[in-house]
Amino acid sequence: MPAVTETIDTVQSVTESQYKWGFSTDIEMDMAPKGLNEDIVRFISAKKNEPQWLLDWRLRAFAAWQAMEEPRWAMVSFPPIDYQDAYYYAAPKQKVAPKSLDEVDPELLRTYEKLGIPLKEQAVLAGVEGAGESPAIAVDAVFDSVSVATTFKDRLEKEGIIFCPISEAVQNHPELVQRYLGTVVPQSDNYFAALNSAVFTDGSFVYIPKGVRCPMELSTYFRINAKSTGQFERTLIIADERSQVSYLEGCTAPMRDENQLHAAVVELVALEDATIKYSTVQNWYPGDAEGRGGIYNFVTKRAACRGARSKVSWTQVETGSAITWKYPSCILQGEDSVGEFYSVAITNNRQQADTGTKMIHLGARTKSTIVSKGISAGRGQNTYRGLVRIGPKASGARNFTQCDSLLIGDQCGAHTVPYIENRNMTAKVEHEATTSRIAEDQLFYCRQRGLTQEEAVGLIVNGFCREVLKELPMEFAVEAQKLLQISLEGSVG
Amino acid sequence: MLDIRNLTAEIDGKQILRGIDLEIRPGEVHAIMGPNGSGKSTLSYVLAGREGYEVTGGSAEFDGKDLLAMEPEERAALGLFLAFQYPVELPGVGNANFLRTALNAQRRVRGELELDAMQFLKLARARMKDLSMPEDMLKRGVNVGFSGGEKKRNEVLQMALLQPKLAILDETDSGLDIDALRIVADGVNALRGPGFSALVITHYQRLLNYIVPDRVHVLVKGRIVRSGGPELAEELEASGYAGDLAA
Repeated sequence: MPAVTETIDTVQSVTESQYKWGFSTDIEMDMAPKGLNEDIVRFISAKKNEPQWLLDWRLRAFAAWQAMEEPRWAMVSFPPIDYQDAYYYAAPKQKVAPKSLDEVDPELLRTYEKLGIPLKEQAVLAGVEGAGESPAIAVDAVFDSVSVATTFKDRLEKEGIIFCPISEAVQNHPELVQRYLGTVVPQSDNYFAALNSAVFTDGSFVYIPKGVRCPMELSTYFRINAKSTGQFERTLIIADERSQVSYLEGCTAPMRDENQLHAAVVELVALEDATIKYSTVQNWYPGDAEGRGGIYNFVTKRAACRGARSKVSWTQVETGSAITWKYPSCILQGEDSVGEFYSVAITNNRQQADTGTKMIHLGARTKSTIVSKGISAGRGQNTYRGLVRIGPKASGARNFTQCDSLLIGDQCGAHTVPYIENRNMTAKVEHEATTSRIAEDQLFYCRQRGLTQEEAVGLIVNGFCREVLKELPMEFAVEAQKLLQISLEGSVG
Repeated sequence: MLDIRNLTAEIDGKQILRGIDLEIRPGEVHAIMGPNGSGKSTLSYVLAGREGYEVTGGSAEFDGKDLLAMEPEERAALGLFLAFQYPVELPGVGNANFLRTALNAQRRVRGELELDAMQFLKLARARMKDLSMPEDMLKRGVNVGFSGGEKKRNEVLQMALLQPKLAILDETDSGLDIDALRIVADGVNALRGPGFSALVITHYQRLLNYIVPDRVHVLVKGRIVRSGGPELAEELEASGYAGDLAA
């Protein structure tokens, strides 16, 4: 069919112009020398004015990393990464640390404005029904290696909530950081987590005290800007007993011909009766139609449901990155604790995604739900990889997994690799999987009613992802729906 | 309104339409009858612009414009509506969302203001009441889990909302019981007027008791072999297509 050639042409013509976040900001930077060695680790730690225990912690991680090998088991392929050919620290130069938003470099503020990120402490949602307080979102903005602004800190402090850059938490709340850092994702957990532990520069820290329900959405917005740098942020969220928090993260990067490495670690700790909802809209630069450039997104995200009846819910919409390697997981230790994973992953052009989750059931009557929607277009390769493990003490544990793949065009691939390990005969594990295509008759039906080809694809894809999108906070859901459509523009001829 | 001249078309290199001539004037309802495999559905898909149906000759003008040069969605925005013989399911896509997206897409092309959710709901509810359709059909996925009759009624609801200038009903009566048939016919008859034309494609005369056509054409082997008034349909009901097939 000529439609296929047409598809490829259209995809090529729209790709470059479609990534709307591809600009870069010209700003004076403070950089570490290129390369990675013990001195760089010391440099970063010194820059952050860290206590000795943290430097030692980093050095142990670095030693572990040196003895490890890059994992190659994922269904992704890429040329060898030269870890010495990158900068591990890049921060916008600032004379003094800004105490308030007024002191933040206006160039940075403009950058976030352009990205549509609210760095002003004002209501971001207008026209919401009913009077009373308008909903607001507190934002921590991480630019390359450092956090440049955090909003609503004062208001959150009134509730006893700590929301700040992790580097600041190391200074102001060392006891909390030391108590929890690396307890969910140990330094030597895997190659990229070890790298992150050695060189992480910033990220968000959240602590919700006992019995507090966080009054607003917390969010971190990650931006890679500088050339030849990697971003290694570290996020640590602790929800104390009976507390609740909803946290969102978003990310973008300029369009560059080189591949840039993003190796983050996210650790969540939920104590008794606590609930953490963690939502991601991942929109790193995916590279161009030929697969030049784009972010290598090698991320370790894990939650420990330590307390009884605690709950962690991961929702992710993965549309960006050249390669995504990511398995947000839950260790369900507490009795009756609950883990959820809702995922939409799109690969278009030459993007590759190997993503899924691990649900480790340790406690009795623990429950997990996995809903994964993979969409492949262009020459994209999309793999769901998941593990459900039921330990011997997890009597009455339950898991339900649903993996659906949608194919657009005939040059892409969808793969499902589910692992189930059950050591308790009272557990119940269910797995459902489907693979489908956007059918020609569906497209024609929509177009006959007046929708353009692109609108039709967007509508069908959004319908396919509905179960996941409805888990997102409302303001994010709208953005995510638009993003899905943009990511797939031109994917059908 | 619709002017088809010597239209020929093929699928996968096999000729199906062998020279169709048909003129439908504003306000007229025409019926096309014919045995299975005569090219009835092909004609409707060619007019709506479905991929894979290749026009090899002739012309089709809609409101004076070259229909065959347009994309399917352009034809829709111009006022051409096809009620599908087998309405397609769109899992996860809410019926209300689908209908509003379609309506607004057409309005946009025509330079009209788009309807917001509230305006749309009001309109949709009114039309559904006319068609005796339960309101929960708006909340369900497009055609997902609908019975055959519900799917056909949903087509008529879409037609009532989109208000086309020309509706092509492709065997909309197949698989309908008498009550559903009546509802479908009422939906079409409600739109009848000087600004609305219809092409009713059917295998049986039954539907034409409720939608009385101005003209009836008999399609056999890709050609219109006979045309006449409503009485032709009754004649066919009695005698069948045997005579036409032999000719």
